[in-house]
Parts: sequence; structure tokens; C-alpha cells
Amino acid sequence: MAAPAPSAAVPIVAVPPPTAVTGLALKDFRNYGRAHIEAGPGLVVLYGPNGSGKTNLLEALSLLAPGRGLRRAALAEIDRDGGAPWRLEAVVDANGERVEVETGRDPDAERRFVRLFGEPARGQGALARTLGVVWLVPSMDRLFQEGAAARRRFLDRLALAVFPDHATTAGAYEKGLRERAVLLRTGRRDPAWLGALERRMAENAVAVAAARRELVNGLNRLLLDGFGALPRVVLTLEGEVEAMLDAMSALDAEGAIRDRWRWLRDADAVTGGSGLGVHRSDLVVADAVSGELAARCSTGRQKAMLLAVTLAEARLRQARLGDLPILLLDEVAAHLDGERRERLCATLVDLGAQAWLTGTDPELFAALHGRARFLAVEEGRLHEHD
Amino acid sequence: MASIEIERLVRFLGRLPGLGPRSAQRVALALMKRPDTLLRPLADALTLCADRVRTCGVCGNLDAVDPCAVCRDPERDRGTICVVQEVDDLWALERSGTYRGLYHVLGGTLSALDGRGPEELRIAGLLARAEAAKAEGVALEVVLALGVTVEGQTTGHYLAERLTPFGCAVSRLAQGVPVGGEMNYLDEGTIEAALRARQRIV
Ligand SMILES: [Zn+2]
Repeated sequence: MAAPAPSAAVPIVAVPPPTAVTGLALKDFRNYGRAHIEAGPGLVVLYGPNGSGKTNLLEALSLLAPGRGLRRAALAEIDRDGGAPWRLEAVVDANGERVEVETGRDPDAERRFVRLFGEPARGQGALARTLGVVWLVPSMDRLFQEGAAARRRFLDRLALAVFPDHATTAGAYEKGLRERAVLLRTGRRDPAWLGALERRMAENAVAVAAARRELVNGLNRLLLDGFGALPRVVLTLEGEVEAMLDAMSALDAEGAIRDRWRWLRDADAVTGGSGLGVHRSDLVVADAVSGELAARCSTGRQKAMLLAVTLAEARLRQARLGDLPILLLDEVAAHLDGERRERLCATLVDLGAQAWLTGTDPELFAALHGRARFLAVEEGRLHEHD
Repeated sequence: MASIEIERLVRFLGRLPGLGPRSAQRVALALMKRPDTLLRPLADALTLCADRVRTCGVCGNLDAVDPCAVCRDPERDRGTICVVQEVDDLWALERSGTYRGLYHVLGGTLSALDGRGPEELRIAGLLARAEAAKAEGVALEVVLALGVTVEGQTTGHYLAERLTPFGCAVSRLAQGVPVGGEMNYLDEGTIEAALRARQRIV
């Protein structure tokens, strides 16, 4: 019997390195006059005392995604005191391709500009397709105690990293809601105009709800397996529009929403909002094993649950769009004990995404020595440390 | 210190789209440096436009004659009206050379936030044209070539609804036009493809 021929036909697929910000220049950004960082594809640890500018760096990275960044700051608030309008220039390795991203505050308009390769980016989707950015910051410790608006924002930001056009659709919906409120308040009850607006809004509402449902289903599938030592989590979407999609087709749901809005016009004119819509949905997070709601868990446990969701999100983006997002994890290690910290570090190494971690003490990340880049942050300056 | 005459010119130039105070000064200077080849001919061209160009009472196009040359053209297909936001969208469609019907220039899109309602747009005129077509027994197709912006979509829905009673077919340009993209930024090939693959909505 002849020996099997060497399998020359099997192609060697070059797996592109994970998406990574390989260079970032900051100009007049928060406490940075001018700063430049270079990074590789792996983990980056930023350490330094509180107020040194670690979170400012993460904020800069978060502005490489559509939206207002991880602090949700007003644009002018980001300017360095006495500096020019802030500006960021990043080099991103995305799917083996080198992409130049520039963003900053446009001094002539109250908006930020985004350029890809020097050309204005067409819509928010173009940026969201180029790279995904997901983050976990200490202000999210209150996520389960706050109103539903914060959880919807969290949900929609997760959706954005998986469905790049989600921000555009959600923005169109929000704008429609404001337009409708103006029409109802000023008594311009042109039924055809209101009907046209509600029809468009219903299309947006169903698109937003469908993306959220698919996101939550996708995350739940990944969360079922668990991530290292992190708790197993199950997500539930609570929302009338989302529930409609369980019972009927998207087209029927659009019709049903339009009918309801027509009836709600008088009531909505009084409240200035609407009694129905995707702006009223909520996200419920619970322990998949005990069923305990995140809202009833300790802060540390909540944080661990959010970490699990964040990691699931990274995997979901990879499964759907083929690339891993960049993770920004601000002060996540401080809440965990030594063993949990080590297992988190191992999980992050396994995940393979570029992750930016901050902490006051580099020893928190002792498990990452030799496997991460350590940068000391000191009053708007950066020092390499090894 | 510039003279009052130049100051006045710079002030007007600065109100033009795309020109700030700085670039207005640069333009004024460039004009002044070439009085015979640029400044005087431009002044004449402006006077001529101011004297002669008017808005077409039928479609909203700009021309020296009213109705405009497009509306008068006997070769044009009178059974199709393409609705656009602005005159430059009409120019873009004409450049593509594939469209042989008539136009209707709305003059913008519905926007509650900007206080722009149906009365502020040339909508009554469009409905009158649809009504006239029905009365004359002409089978009319209205093609909506509005931007894929939020306002453009609402305006499209609005027109579709208002046009229904006149029994005309309403279609819109095929998707594939980038989000937020206005007609006049599109190249001819894209416009042609979008026109050919238009989708019937009513
Ligand atoms: Zn005309």
C-alpha cells in the first residue's frame, strides 16, 4: 500500500493578528498636551497613581468607536485646559490591514470629526466596522442600581460592536422620537406627517429591537460555557417591542407599533415621550446557576458578571464579523482576590484580544509579567517599564 | 484696512456655503487682482442670473424661462416625475443622462426639529400635478430620489401617503445609496443603477 501523499493541497491559512491599536497620538486631550504610545497586539497594563491619566488614555481609545466615549463627556470638556481642540491619531491593525483613524473636536461645529485614511468617515457604521471597542469602567458599578437608561446604553453599545449600523438606526429612532414630540407639542397634527414619521420610527424601532434580541441570544449562547472563574450569566431583554418580535413578523410588528402610536398621540403629547417604544426596554442580568439577579449581588460579583458579558461580547464580534474588539478594562483587578485575578489574566491571554488594563499597582498584574506590556503613567507622561 | 467696498464684498462672500471669513478675503483678493478676466465677467454673470433666472412655477427648477426647459421639452416622458430635494440633485440626475422624465424639486425635507413642514416645501405643487395627471387620464409614476437620511425617509413616506389618492405609482431609488448620502454626491453609474432598480412602494 502506497504511503499517503503529503497533503500539499491543504492551504495554510494565515490568521490575521487580532485587531489592535498599534499607535496612538494624543493632542490636547485631557491632561495630555502631546503624547504618543505604541503597542503590540497583546495586553497592555497602564499603572500609576489615581489622577495620573490612565483612564484618560482609555477614554481616548474608547473614542475610536462611534459615540461619546467611556465618560460620555461633552466634546469641549475633553479639551486640555488652555489647549487647542483635542485630537487623536491612531494606527489600527484591523484584519491584517493597517488603518489610520483620526478624530477630534471640530471647532466650527459642535460635533467630532472622524477620518479614515484622511477621508471623512461616511456615517458611524464605517468606524464601527473597522474596529470594535468594548469597555468596563468603575462608573458601571452602579449599572444595576441605576435607571434602565444606563442599561439600555450598555446594551446598545454592545450591539454596536456586533451590528455596526446599530448606532445609526438607534440615533434615527431617538431623533424621530424628538421630532414626534415637537409635532405633538406644537399642535402641528398633520396626520400624514405624523403617520410618515411614525412609520419610519416603527422601522427603526423594529431594527433596534431585532439587533438587541439577536445580540442577547448570541451572548447567552456564549455565556452558557462560562469564562474561566467568572460567573455564568444569563441575560433577559425586557421590552414591549422586543416581545412583539417573539410573537409576530417584523412587518406585522411595524404595523402594530404604528397603530399603537396613533392611539397614543394625545397621551404622548402630554408626557413629551411615548408610552411605547424601544426607549423603554431594559436589560436584566442574572446568575445562570442560582437565578439571583445581578442587582442583588455584591459589587464584586456584579463586576465579575459584567466582565463575563464583556468577554462574551468579544467572542460574539469575532464570530459575526471575524475580528476581536479591543477591550478597555479600567480598575477591574482591584475587586478580585489574588487567585481570581490570576485566572482573569489567564482568560484574557486565552482570548487573544488586545486588552488595556489599568491599576494603581503593577503588582496587581503580576501574573502577566512577561506576557503584557507595562506602561507607567505619570501626570500625562508615559514610561516604559519591564 | 480694506476699503468699505471691499469689506462689503468680503462680507457677502463670507455668507456663501463653504466660505468662512478667511477664505472670503482670499477670494475677494483673487477677484481684485484680475479685474478684466475674473471680477468684471463675474459681476456680469451675477447680474445676468439676478435678472433672468427664476424658479420654474411647475417643478421648482432654476432656469431663464418659466416653465423651465425640462418642463417644456416635448421629448420628455410626461408619465414620470422624479422628486428631488434640491436643484443640484436634478443636475446630478441630468448628468447621468439616463433619466428622460420630468422633475419636481421639493426644496428640502420635512423636519420638525428645523420647523420645516409640508407648507414650507413644494408639496402642494406636486399633488396638483398628480391631480392634473389623473384628470387627464395620464398614468403617472412618481420616483422618489430623496437622500437616505432620516428626514429623506420620513419625507418619502409622507409623499407616498399623500399621492395614494391620485392613483399614481410611487417608487423610490434602489437601496445602495450610502446612509446620509445626498443625491448630488453620487457618481453617474450609481445614479443609473439606482434608477434602473427602483422599487415600487405604492
Ligand atoms: Zn420645470
